[in-house]
Amino acid sequence: MDIRPSRTGRPPWMERPSRLGRGGKILAISLISVVVIYPFLAVVATSLSSESDIAASGGLVIWPSHPTFDAYRYVFSGGIVSQALWISFLVTVVGTALSMAATIGMAYGLSRSGVVGGRFFLATALFTMLFTPGVIPMFLTVQKLGMYNTLASLVVPSLVSAFNLVVLRSFFMGLPAELLDAARIDGLGDWRILTRVVLPLSKAVLAVVALFYAVSYWNAFFSALLYLNDTSKWPLALVLRGLVIGGEATSAANEGVVPQQAVQMAVVVVSVVPIAAIYPFLQRYFTKGVLTGAVKG
Amino acid sequence: MPGESTLTDIRAADRPVPRSAPEQAAATDRRVRGRVRVRSRGQRSRHTAAGSSLTLWQRIKRDKVLLALMLPGFLYFAVFSYAPLFGYLSAFEDYQPYTGFIHSTWVGMQNFTDLFADSAFWTALTNTFVISLIQLVLFFPAPIGLALLLSSVASGRIRKFVQSVVYLPHFIGWVVIVSIFQEVLGPTGAVQHMMSSVGLPRFDFMSDPGFFPWLVAIQAIWKDCGWGTIIFLAALLSIDQGLYEAAAVDGAGRWRRFRSVTMPGIMPVVILLLILRLGTILSVGFEQILLQRDTVGAKAGEVLDTYVYYHGVATQQWGTAAAAGLIKAVVGLVLVLGANKVAHRFGQEGIYSRGDR
Repeated sequence: MDIRPSRTGRPPWMERPSRLGRGGKILAISLISVVVIYPFLAVVATSLSSESDIAASGGLVIWPSHPTFDAYRYVFSGGIVSQALWISFLVTVVGTALSMAATIGMAYGLSRSGVVGGRFFLATALFTMLFTPGVIPMFLTVQKLGMYNTLASLVVPSLVSAFNLVVLRSFFMGLPAELLDAARIDGLGDWRILTRVVLPLSKAVLAVVALFYAVSYWNAFFSALLYLNDTSKWPLALVLRGLVIGGEATSAANEGVVPQQAVQMAVVVVSVVPIAAIYPFLQRYFTKGVLTGAVKG
Repeated sequence: MPGESTLTDIRAADRPVPRSAPEQAAATDRRVRGRVRVRSRGQRSRHTAAGSSLTLWQRIKRDKVLLALMLPGFLYFAVFSYAPLFGYLSAFEDYQPYTGFIHSTWVGMQNFTDLFADSAFWTALTNTFVISLIQLVLFFPAPIGLALLLSSVASGRIRKFVQSVVYLPHFIGWVVIVSIFQEVLGPTGAVQHMMSSVGLPRFDFMSDPGFFPWLVAIQAIWKDCGWGTIIFLAALLSIDQGLYEAAAVDGAGRWRRFRSVTMPGIMPVVILLLILRLGTILSVGFEQILLQRDTVGAKAGEVLDTYVYYHGVATQQWGTAAAAGLIKAVVGLVLVLGANKVAHRFGQEGIYSRGDR
């Protein structure tokens, strides 16, 4: 986001910054950047380290002297981590697609005024922002529906987020009415207006909402912890929890092939890379997405 | 359906009740005028204009595509947001999963009595408030400060770079964040090394119960402080630059401009967010705390949400857990509604006013 789009520097009426203020600002910004970036770099470095590097540093490695991809080779060689990676990927792709379809459909219907029952549907959706059903009732519902211990339980119970719904609806409502009228006069029905006019005009906000959904599916571990008792169905986040936080040993570490810590950090890297890879492309749309949903409505 | 347009409405309206030609013309005319009026207000047109003269069934037929599109979302909310509310019946029962809601024994308020007699519940409640309070003091102001700092950076390129950096952790899941913190602050982490090299005693940040509320706040700041700046940056951006210029011309210095232009400019947003935050005081990062509860122990790490989880799903005390969950839900709802009411008092849009537009 740009603070002052038209200005490249200091406006003419503003006094020169003092040397102390400038220095303090540079220091503060560098410090903040380092605090955020350092852990990521150290994690990557450790994942590439050999046993001796890790032993020498006593923990996180700043710079691996003998970089090796052993940890990654182990992670991708089949076994529980590869399996979990595949499940996370599947749940994220299918979940995002289903969530987008349901959210777009509902947001589009709610963005049109005078639709029969529109106010009722809108109230139904918005009221869910005020309360959450809670862990126990959700668990019992999922169990009743026969979704316990299925991968569907990772997607269906969190299919539509009211927040994302509001973001999309606000955006659809902001599209020029003349355009939709013109499409209607040209003989397009509601479905074609959606697919030929509304969606092509909303690519940016759709990308942001899709990112929000994808990230939440990719990162989710509690739904898996709650609804899955079969460890072979666990997604990556839950496996990572076992490995790093729970301190479970990997089979590679048991065999003494790859250092345990390198494997842990490799799984962390694998968990972060997909997000870090798509994030820069969507970053410039964040502001719009967040603001329409958060304060302005 | 192609061909579905304003004309469809008119046809649909006219088909069942045949009218005389002048009547029909007048009706059409009314509708056209309605359309023009509506369009000049800048809103979607036909539904508001034509809808009133149609019967319910005709309107359903006219909107069938839109209704079909809304159906999956509506069903989702019905099944996963509203139907589970009946699950709270188990708060008044000696609920057994195999007997179900209908046949479990009704015990009235017994679960609540048990709950209030359980010291672990009060510990969880206290912890929730302590963590919430520390987050309010540390985590709430952090994005405001960062936003002020970012907005004061003149170079657009540096600002964009820093923004990219500080937004990123928001998208990282709690499992990864707790893992990273464990590596950095944990017993073998970089900070321990730094501390021991300057002769400070060892301190395990990750498992010290007294430090836990602070740890939770620090993690929350690391993850979401940058993301939180978006709203405040937008508020800062919306301040009329002319005000700064006019103030400067009037001889106001840096500090005076901050006090008299910047602060009043962002105050409405700050107050609104603060009020809304107070409304969710019973919810403290559930996933974040659940992940670390065992490391610090239940005495420091149990909050209301984890209490419900452990007593219900993990140890099968369904009734008590549901009772705790119900209390949290009801108090939470009251707080959110109250917070919105206060927000409206301050002349702000709360979260539920959106629906009126």
